[in-house]
Amino acid sequence: MIRENIDTLIVGGGPAGLAAAVELWKKGMRSILIVERERQLGGILRQCIHDGFGLSRFGESLSGPEYAQKFIDEVTALGIPYLTDAAVMNITGSRLVTIATPGGIREYQAKSVVLTMGCRERTQGALAIPGERPTGVFTAGVAQAYINLYNRMPAREVIILGSGDIGMIMARRLTLEGAHVHAVFEVQPYPSGLPRNIEQCLNDYHIPLYLSHTVTKIHGSSRLEGVTVSAVDAHMKPIPGTEQYYPCDTLILSVGLIPENELSLDAGVTLDPRTHGAIVDENYMTSVPGIFAAGNVLHVHDLVDFVSMEAERLADHVAEYVREGSLPPCTLDVHYDTDINHVIPQKVSGANPFRLSMRVSHVMKNAAIEVRQNGNLIAKKAVKKALPAEMIQFDVPADNLQTSGDLEVTAVQR
Amino acid sequence: MQKLYDVIIIGGGVVGSAIARELSRYRLKIAVLEKNLDVCFETSGRNTGVCHGGFAYDPGTLKAKLCVEGNRMMGALAQELDFPFKRTGKVLVGNTDEEYEQLGRVMRQGAVNGATGLSMIGEEELHRLVPSVQAKFAMLSRNSGILDPFLMTIALAENAHKNGVEYHFDSEVTGIRRSGNENVWEITTAHGDTYAARWAVNAAGLGCGKISDMLGIRGYKIIGSKDDYIILDQRLGALVPMPIYTVPSNTYMGIHVTITTDGNVLLGPTAEDTDNLSYYGTEQKNLDYLYQEAMKIWPHVKKSDYIRTYSGILPKWVDDNGKIQDFKIEIRDDLAPNAVNLVGIESPGLTASVAIARYVIDMMKEREHFAENVDFDGTRKGITRFALLTPQEQDALIQKNPDYGELVCRCEKVTKAEILQAIHNPLGAHTMVSVKYRTRCMMGRCQGGYCQMRISSMLEKELGIRPTEITYERAGSHPFFGVVRSEAESRREAQ
Repeated sequence: MIRENIDTLIVGGGPAGLAAAVELWKKGMRSILIVERERQLGGILRQCIHDGFGLSRFGESLSGPEYAQKFIDEVTALGIPYLTDAAVMNITGSRLVTIATPGGIREYQAKSVVLTMGCRERTQGALAIPGERPTGVFTAGVAQAYINLYNRMPAREVIILGSGDIGMIMARRLTLEGAHVHAVFEVQPYPSGLPRNIEQCLNDYHIPLYLSHTVTKIHGSSRLEGVTVSAVDAHMKPIPGTEQYYPCDTLILSVGLIPENELSLDAGVTLDPRTHGAIVDENYMTSVPGIFAAGNVLHVHDLVDFVSMEAERLADHVAEYVREGSLPPCTLDVHYDTDINHVIPQKVSGANPFRLSMRVSHVMKNAAIEVRQNGNLIAKKAVKKALPAEMIQFDVPADNLQTSGDLEVTAVQR
Repeated sequence: MQKLYDVIIIGGGVVGSAIARELSRYRLKIAVLEKNLDVCFETSGRNTGVCHGGFAYDPGTLKAKLCVEGNRMMGALAQELDFPFKRTGKVLVGNTDEEYEQLGRVMRQGAVNGATGLSMIGEEELHRLVPSVQAKFAMLSRNSGILDPFLMTIALAENAHKNGVEYHFDSEVTGIRRSGNENVWEITTAHGDTYAARWAVNAAGLGCGKISDMLGIRGYKIIGSKDDYIILDQRLGALVPMPIYTVPSNTYMGIHVTITTDGNVLLGPTAEDTDNLSYYGTEQKNLDYLYQEAMKIWPHVKKSDYIRTYSGILPKWVDDNGKIQDFKIEIRDDLAPNAVNLVGIESPGLTASVAIARYVIDMMKEREHFAENVDFDGTRKGITRFALLTPQEQDALIQKNPDYGELVCRCEKVTKAEILQAIHNPLGAHTMVSVKYRTRCMMGRCQGGYCQMRISSMLEKELGIRPTEITYERAGSHPFFGVVRSEAESRREAQ
């Protein structure tokens, strides 16, 4: 068994982990290691062969693998150490990290740990859709992996539940590969994915999107034979009498992503029930000193560019933590009203500027996001159309911040 | 002329496999005919996985007697056959005077049945044992426990196989006839294969009525009791140190909150009568009811902790008035000589399975002398679970076999080495669920979102089968219609 000390161990070699590593290296950090459980770096981007990545980060439209490759090339050029085929088994609160590799078990005592594990998809089981359990019910990401990475065709006649971005992208992908996508159903009264995907993936292919509808029963004992779809009321409860049967052999689920925080919980990291990610301060440090988080493991992002950029911001603070052994305490809470779904960070110092990331909880037109402390307006961002599908991000300057008094974030209809 | 078997067992569930394993102690040529593609795809794999104490059955019944016997032998059996079993104890909780009285009755009945380790406990003791429960008092059954129903059935079947028993999957029995001059049973399957045997054993579970009719023992009325369940995340297991039941009747255990040997919490069952013995769909109203009832005794259910729902069906033998009857285990020399007929083997069939098997064999031995199989080896070793080892043990295992260092299923931490052993299992069961039941891959919170592609790929590669031949669970449950691009496939293969 190998045992080593290290300054920074990065868990996960996807768009967040790679960006954090490159940035840390550029800041002179040399005792770092990326740990990736797959054979190759790149994370989920490896299976996202559509384009549209990179507009914010690189100023050009790239496919997922191309976007990842930009970072991988940099990691390779800089000589940043990484382990692939290496699965983190456990992280303790004192940052002892145990890793399984084909060469044996390795243990690292890390000064800092960067959590960049990404997220997983919500499943049929988590939704508890009633009915049978045939094959032919796949999450969008699983169908995407089968088609794009494994060359396996899992679908012919398709219904999609959920208007998440991957679901819509798979509607287009399945259509291009000869499957027949009958419809997309969304339980909420608004789409959960980005407007551009509704245009490019559904409207362009004449695939109808039905809002306020959900699948209420799954039929078939071997392969899926059909689904029952019902309209739902304002509380998202199925309305009796609206049931309609759709014959299909495949149900694709795009019903939400859950940050993958099982290792974080093992380490004793406190999670936010809204984001299902860690509660972090303005330095992206979790409730466990020396353990940081960024990207989709922290909160589900809309664009991968923002995942990488968040991880790059995190790197500044990790470098400071490793150098100084601690960071200024963040004791002020960031509160928010019911129009807002969540905010990152949840804790601040009041001494430093920070980037606020948030989503609204319902569609708002001509909204203004306001940050207040002790009655003073600290920052304000006008948003023409605020959608739950889109992250809102802006910098909160330190000028008017005070080191006592919690912050309040509100969404105001103008 | 086909091969003549000494015994054909119809049904490879836990009871059929227990009978097969116990019969393999004798020098007999035995085959098990199973209609599904693996063992435990029906009732044996779709239950709560509780090892019952034997107090909830009418005194004098086979259910009471064989449950108590089965419970007593479970510890030794689990060691011999290497399947997960924990004698956790279990509580039956209540709040009212009436419930207290009922529990007293259950306890006295248990004593008559021979169940031991039963006691009434007050609120303080109850909360010391199970801090998360909400109730005023309980009956504690110290000898109750939990077991892995998949691995118990697989272990029995593999041990039977090791001692010479043949398993034939995808072999639904469609006809049985007594060949007059030779005194043998001729058994035909749906695919047209015919087997001849001196003895036939009906261990068909949900099919027991049909097979009994085929044997010539007509008239058993079998109804299904359909049970919906909800599975919760493993992290909650710490809150449920032992199964929590409500006050039972002698025919229904009530909604309970239990744990699996892997720490998942189960809510269930609903128990609805059904005539459809092959429909495993859950119902929204049942899932809502389970939530509501479970919350009364265990107020920690969160819908965000749901990872799966499932349904199982118990075969119940009922009389003309619909009253549920005891297990029926019989040899009808008048109607069907040399045939053991097991009817209505429902709960506690899992707990009682090996006791049932021994009871069956005693009946057979009253009619025929069986020579001992001196080569019988009653031990079986399961697949070593990497996730349960210390880092030092894990390292040692990887040094011997690097495939243990490659994690395939992230939630349950299942390695490539374990998946390979499961794919090449001794019974030759080759579905994706066969791998799942043997290793726990795809059973975690992501439900195969990460690992299922790797598992189907490994099945293709290891078994040399085409993508369209991959089967998920039941016959015909194929995940793939083919490849996306054939030219891409040749490139993939070249890599």
